[in-house]
Amino acid sequence: MVSKMEEGRCALSLLPEEQKITGIDCHVVGRVPTLSETRSIPRELRRTMSPMTIFACLATREALAQAGFSPETLPRTGVSIGSTMGSGQELQSLFSSFIPTGNLDCVRTMTFFKIMAHTASSGVAIAFGLNGRLINPVAACAAGLQGIGLAYETIAFGREDRMICGGAEEYSPLTSATFDKIGAASHADDAETSSLPFDRRRAGIVCSEGAGVLFLEERDHALARGASALAEIVGFASLSSPNSVASPDAETSAACMKEALADADADPGDVVYVNAHATATVAGDQAEGKAIETLWGDSVPTSSLKGYLGHSLAASGALETTACIAMMRSGSLLGHRKGFQPDPACGAIQYARSGQALPQGLVVKNSFALGGVYSSLVLAPAR
Amino acid sequence: MTYETIVATVNNAFAEEFEVEPEKLVPEAHIKDDLGLDSLDIVDMIIVLEQAFNFKLTDRSSIANITTLGELYDFIGALRDAHVEG
Repeated sequence: MVSKMEEGRCALSLLPEEQKITGIDCHVVGRVPTLSETRSIPRELRRTMSPMTIFACLATREALAQAGFSPETLPRTGVSIGSTMGSGQELQSLFSSFIPTGNLDCVRTMTFFKIMAHTASSGVAIAFGLNGRLINPVAACAAGLQGIGLAYETIAFGREDRMICGGAEEYSPLTSATFDKIGAASHADDAETSSLPFDRRRAGIVCSEGAGVLFLEERDHALARGASALAEIVGFASLSSPNSVASPDAETSAACMKEALADADADPGDVVYVNAHATATVAGDQAEGKAIETLWGDSVPTSSLKGYLGHSLAASGALETTACIAMMRSGSLLGHRKGFQPDPACGAIQYARSGQALPQGLVVKNSFALGGVYSSLVLAPAR
Repeated sequence: MTYETIVATVNNAFAEEFEVEPEKLVPEAHIKDDLGLDSLDIVDMIIVLEQAFNFKLTDRSSIANITTLGELYDFIGALRDAHVEG
């Protein structure tokens, strides 16, 4: 994923099946292609899984392998994978049969396991034999970052030593329709320029899907087994902005980043990069840009990766966190798409350029969500 | 509906819904031990077969006594005959 972004490529495309949907004008999406690896999950496990849980399982398998564990060797571990909701695709299938007929013979024994809101965490826990705490934050576009943040707090509080965490999302036309009706969705037909966060040419949100998963381990336990850490999580905050269910709020954005930095016992001056939530909406980009300007002026490079990845909602915070860790390890930043034209209304902030050197220091990752949810995570290089 | 149609429809349901390899779909195959279905799968199997044959398998307690694929073919064949007679 990171190497493709370094090449300047994007995961979005204009798909014929989305063009057939009437009543919405957004037809570019970021769909996960058919994955041959899906069949490697045994049917008796997969039967409870909708696409989001399959994505989460495949990402978990990679994370565990990178951490040096297999399900057989893994000690007690918890799970905290966020999702926007249960499976939208399963709900659509169920009600497509039920509503025209009034008949519920279509309900299968596995229907509920896909629809329940904690289907992603539950499916991963069962597939990998995770027997610690199971939480599944449901906070729309902030759910993935909350998944990581709550896992970090669970470990910091001494309740678990290891957590599988992140976020997962499967595409549903309902999500595109929601953003379309509130005037936030991109109507662009050119996938390459369909999502341009912080760019004066921006067209709006492009929905995508996927999963991002990290393996978090308490530092002393990791060191004791000789693990090679990729990065450390040192701060997290999550706030509500009760002023509006949908309008971005610069003050709460800034307050959330400050609180996460305070949790890390750090100052804004310790930060070397901000990975923004920015989804390519006018109001969201401008509110977050102004919040970043409040904390850093133009001193710290900032970018949003949604021009490459689209907005994978609950997965976005976790996927983008993995990209932040990759940047921290390579010492090289990812900027915006080619031809970036910054919108001055987003504040006088510094935009990261792809290939720009990233010095050692703290990285702030934001995820904000409909419903007035704000989350910020602070990452530090592995010591 | 011929017996061959019943066999083909049941086998197709097992292959599609429960990912059973076609070569395992023989009359003597034990539904749990050989084909790998558990009790939840068997509930879903009934739903799938009801939709495939478009009639209710109302006597679900009799289904509980079915152990092999051949017995399942015969059970559905008997239901077909009852429908025809009815």
